[in-house]
Amino acid sequence: MMGGNGLEQLYFPGCTLKTTAENFEITAKETAKVLGVNLVEIEDWVCCGTVHSLTTDDLMHHLAPTRILIRAQEMGKKMGLGWEDGCSLFTLCSMCYNTLSQLNELVKESPDKLDIINDFMDEEADYEGKVKVLHLLELYKQIGVEKIKAKVIAPLNGLKVAPYYGCLLLRPKKVAIDNLEDPTIMEDLIKALGADPVDNPYKSKCCGTFHTVDKPYLVANLAYKILTYARRAGAETIVLSCPLCAFNLENRQEEIKELYPDFQRMPVFYFTQLMAIAFGLGDFCRFETNYVDPLPLLKSKNIIKVKG
Amino acid sequence: MRVIKITAENDKFAERVEDLSGQPISLCFQCGECSSSCPVASEMDLLPSTLIRLIQLGQKEELLGSKTIWLCSSCFMCFARCPRKIDIARVAEALRQLVLREKDVDRVHPDKIPREEREKLPQIAIVSALRKFST
Repeated sequence: MMGGNGLEQLYFPGCTLKTTAENFEITAKETAKVLGVNLVEIEDWVCCGTVHSLTTDDLMHHLAPTRILIRAQEMGKKMGLGWEDGCSLFTLCSMCYNTLSQLNELVKESPDKLDIINDFMDEEADYEGKVKVLHLLELYKQIGVEKIKAKVIAPLNGLKVAPYYGCLLLRPKKVAIDNLEDPTIMEDLIKALGADPVDNPYKSKCCGTFHTVDKPYLVANLAYKILTYARRAGAETIVLSCPLCAFNLENRQEEIKELYPDFQRMPVFYFTQLMAIAFGLGDFCRFETNYVDPLPLLKSKNIIKVKG
Repeated sequence: MRVIKITAENDKFAERVEDLSGQPISLCFQCGECSSSCPVASEMDLLPSTLIRLIQLGQKEELLGSKTIWLCSSCFMCFARCPRKIDIARVAEALRQLVLREKDVDRVHPDKIPREEREKLPQIAIVSALRKFST
């Protein structure tokens, strides 16, 4: 449906985009607008639970992601968003993407489990299993690099960027948004913005995820490897799509510095922040909330001219 | 060499883990791909491939007392590469659940996370740690 701001697409922000990753949400919405898409937040959403429950007898933890997909389903119907084949629901956070996608796979494989879940929930409509869960990177891939290039007014010339996919956009294979051993979706985007993608061996190795809560130094060691190998490969910065990876690779640089005093800090961007800079929307990036200030790098490359 | 005598009790445990994880653990032929792919293998007391072997042999005490099951980060790298298509993240979750359900002891508690950390951690970190390490 075409609204005042372009093609309307449903999206699920998830908890962290409303708090520590506000800079991710705002740049996603603004860059989507430039590309003719209005991301419409689904109504009355809940936390997805962040991880797909992995034991065969646990259905309780599948309720939250199912509820989210029901909200999307009902809103998709109301708005007439291609309901015959099911509407699309876009996610930004990799954890939300993975949890919702894996739920969809589960109900496809086990309709009996979906029946139990639907029976358990009295107040909502049944989930019909047809919402397509997609990640924003997939939307930008559909739009295509040519259209993205055409919107670039401040190309990121000379910026050497290592894409970091982490785990949850690529694994398990049935929910992978790209080739799981050799993804290129972020590289293509980086090139479209005028920057140079830097391949590196740790781009889909785990950052340590939730271990950051009770084992921060384990995470710091994993993050150290990821950042150091990216730098050795020639990268000046890392780009990613998950607020937890962002925390581990950026904020845990404090702990890395304690363990490895020679470590050189490296700025970390959400892919939408890089897009915002290239589209001339740098003001939406809120770099003041970044733990490692990226402005010195951007200034040294003449990408952003900062007052004062 | 370690000799293990398998009893009906051991077989029952192996079956319980296969059921709870939904994984064909008996298919593992010890190629070691999981252990070489695991990002946290260096911290583990049992390598992922050893973990699987010990389940085949029903070694309940050693498995449920291991550090390994609390170190798996469910990154699914081992599963992506396993030639027998065994999802070890699901196996580790099943073993953690056996401990959490039996002993009812939370490994992570919100009150024990230092306030300063709690304020800066993203919600998804706290929620996922609680989901993995508490009942």
